Amino acid sequence: MKVYFRTLKDLPREELFAPGHRMCAGCGAAIAMRWITKTIGPNAIIANATGCVEVTTTPYPETAWMHPYIHVAFENAAAVASGVEAAIKTLKRKGMWDAGDTKVVVIAGDGGTYDIGLQSLSGMLERRHGVLYILYDNEAYMNTGIQRSGSTPKYAWTTTTPVGTAVRGKIQWKKDIMGIVMAHRVPYAATASIAYILDMVNKIKTALEYTEEGPTFLHIYAPCVPGWRYPENKTVEIARLAVETGYFPLYEWDHGKLRLNPPSNNHLDKTKRKPLKEFLKLQGRFAHLTDEEIAELEEELDAYWQYLAKLQTL
Amino acid sequence: MIQIQKTRRVEALTGNYAAAYAVKAADVDVIAVYPITPQTTIVEKLSEFVANGELNAELIHVESEHSALSAVVGASAAGARVFTATSSQGLELAHEILHIASAMRLPIVMAVPTRAISAPISIHNDYSDVMNARDTGWVIYIAASAQEVYDTIIQAYRVAETVNLPVMVAYDGFLISHTVEPVELNNEEEVRRFLPRSVRPYTLNPKRPVTMGPLASPDWYYEFKYQQVLAMKEAYKVVKDVDALYGEKFGRSYGVVETYKMEDAEYAIVTYGGAAFGNAKAAVDIARERGIAAGVVRVRLYRPFPTMDVLKVLEGVKALAVLDRAIMFGSPAEGPLYKDIATAMFMHGVDKPAVNVIHGIGQRTMYVEDMYKIYTMLRENPRKEVVFMGVRV
Repeated sequence: MKVYFRTLKDLPREELFAPGHRMCAGCGAAIAMRWITKTIGPNAIIANATGCVEVTTTPYPETAWMHPYIHVAFENAAAVASGVEAAIKTLKRKGMWDAGDTKVVVIAGDGGTYDIGLQSLSGMLERRHGVLYILYDNEAYMNTGIQRSGSTPKYAWTTTTPVGTAVRGKIQWKKDIMGIVMAHRVPYAATASIAYILDMVNKIKTALEYTEEGPTFLHIYAPCVPGWRYPENKTVEIARLAVETGYFPLYEWDHGKLRLNPPSNNHLDKTKRKPLKEFLKLQGRFAHLTDEEIAELEEELDAYWQYLAKLQTL
Repeated sequence: MIQIQKTRRVEALTGNYAAAYAVKAADVDVIAVYPITPQTTIVEKLSEFVANGELNAELIHVESEHSALSAVVGASAAGARVFTATSSQGLELAHEILHIASAMRLPIVMAVPTRAISAPISIHNDYSDVMNARDTGWVIYIAASAQEVYDTIIQAYRVAETVNLPVMVAYDGFLISHTVEPVELNNEEEVRRFLPRSVRPYTLNPKRPVTMGPLASPDWYYEFKYQQVLAMKEAYKVVKDVDALYGEKFGRSYGVVETYKMEDAEYAIVTYGGAAFGNAKAAVDIARERGIAAGVVRVRLYRPFPTMDVLKVLEGVKALAVLDRAIMFGSPAEGPLYKDIATAMFMHGVDKPAVNVIHGIGQRTMYVEDMYKIYTMLRENPRKEVVFMGVRV
């Protein structure tokens, strides 16, 4: 990543995400939206997939968006953005685009990315549109009331993976969306967290600039108060613990090279990571977990870190 | 020495190639490309135009028809002139976005060489695909020749950009899409003058930010929908005006309904598309030789439905048959056009025998003799129940 913002004082001042939207108190995605809009600057067009962010920011006749913004449907934000990008290209060529170097940014949740939007995302990446795709991951379909998605972690409670006597939470593992994106050989893909603002904004800016070369991707971890069942003052704390326990490593895939970012760059050594339990215990969705189940999650996490270590040697 | 001034250029083209030439003449900016039979040769030809530098457009090689329509929605929202084409399953897959494109008032033009719908899978022609999309808020033309496909696509851009509605130009898959006919091509400069680039008031542009596709509460949703109702009513007038203007400029116009020997007809078939109309015309000639005052009406503009024009041409007839090429299962009558015409007649107090005939499903051959039988049936005993013609029962 290129460092555009060294200290908190360097952060962009102009607010481009208006107050008055209907997002929950303590919403992790709202924090992400504020910093995304500030960092990409005003000369950008946003394509948003259906989801929490979309419904809470555009109650007609109001809008929280100071950017030109389009929402079409749930599964097609990447296709819509492909069209916007292609339109700007042709209109520029024909002398009919008057806004200069306009960037195109997708904002979509985990349902709209891991599941229903995966095909259109893959198409956009394969065709190499100059679009920055930002996934805000709150690990379930929160807009419809907390249903499991391909991003929901194993054993997590959701309304469609309830904790019963026969089945306790989600049965399957979380999908490796970064692996899928990287397999498209995009110029740049990175993970980021709303608890590490400087890291996140530098990645947003880096990813935005790399759209000159092709599609770029950001996976932003964004805790959800009602969905994860924790008090609304714990959002940043939980997001930070996700990184500190190694559950959500911060890293970037820059032109085929994987680089772990602080503090995750120390976490290949397991002893430097906080116990996973510290992340889990703050959240009601994991309240039912037994020590055996936590041990299983830790084992899987170790395997994931070994996979990252191998990727880093490429 | 005699100098022949070459103002007319006639080419031998399939319906699909005619569509591609019209898109080129319209100087389209963004085209979403996805193959499906029998549409594919349109986007193949357009790809050739772009590859040869004859058309300055971005091709988006999407991964599905859902994304094809989504991509042109995005491009159109950003202010580009756009095109895509599909058939059958592709139109079904894109169905969700049909509603959104019209509600977002985007002037998209899409060609649909029509095809039957699975299952069982069939690549052959009927109108099940377009008829499933008939109430999605798109202006829908059904053309009956390669020439008409060419002319209608050019007209479609003018209509779309006047009323801010998407326009579908449908025609018989294979029977028109793959049949070579002489097509007179317009001078492209003149087409571009006919289709001036207008600055749309609302597009995605950082200099004039707008939010498109918001959430509407019960306080607002109905008003959005009612505006679409009004836009369709306006489109009815605009389609006629554009057709007349096109006729003045290029010498060809079609009206919203086309008739054959209807002036003194006592028995009429009302239908759509090239094959049904063509064969019915041949049947009219036979019927007239045999003493039946027969005529045929082709509905060219299907949405908005040209109610008054259809009723007017049917004023003098004693009985009519509506020949449909799609089945709406479980309906009071299975033919979609029949339901439109029955509704129109009822609403305007017209009471005369009207029979629904279904034929040409999955491109079952519609013989001229079949059409002739419809006229004899109308004269002797107009049936009350729907007639499924050409099927083995």
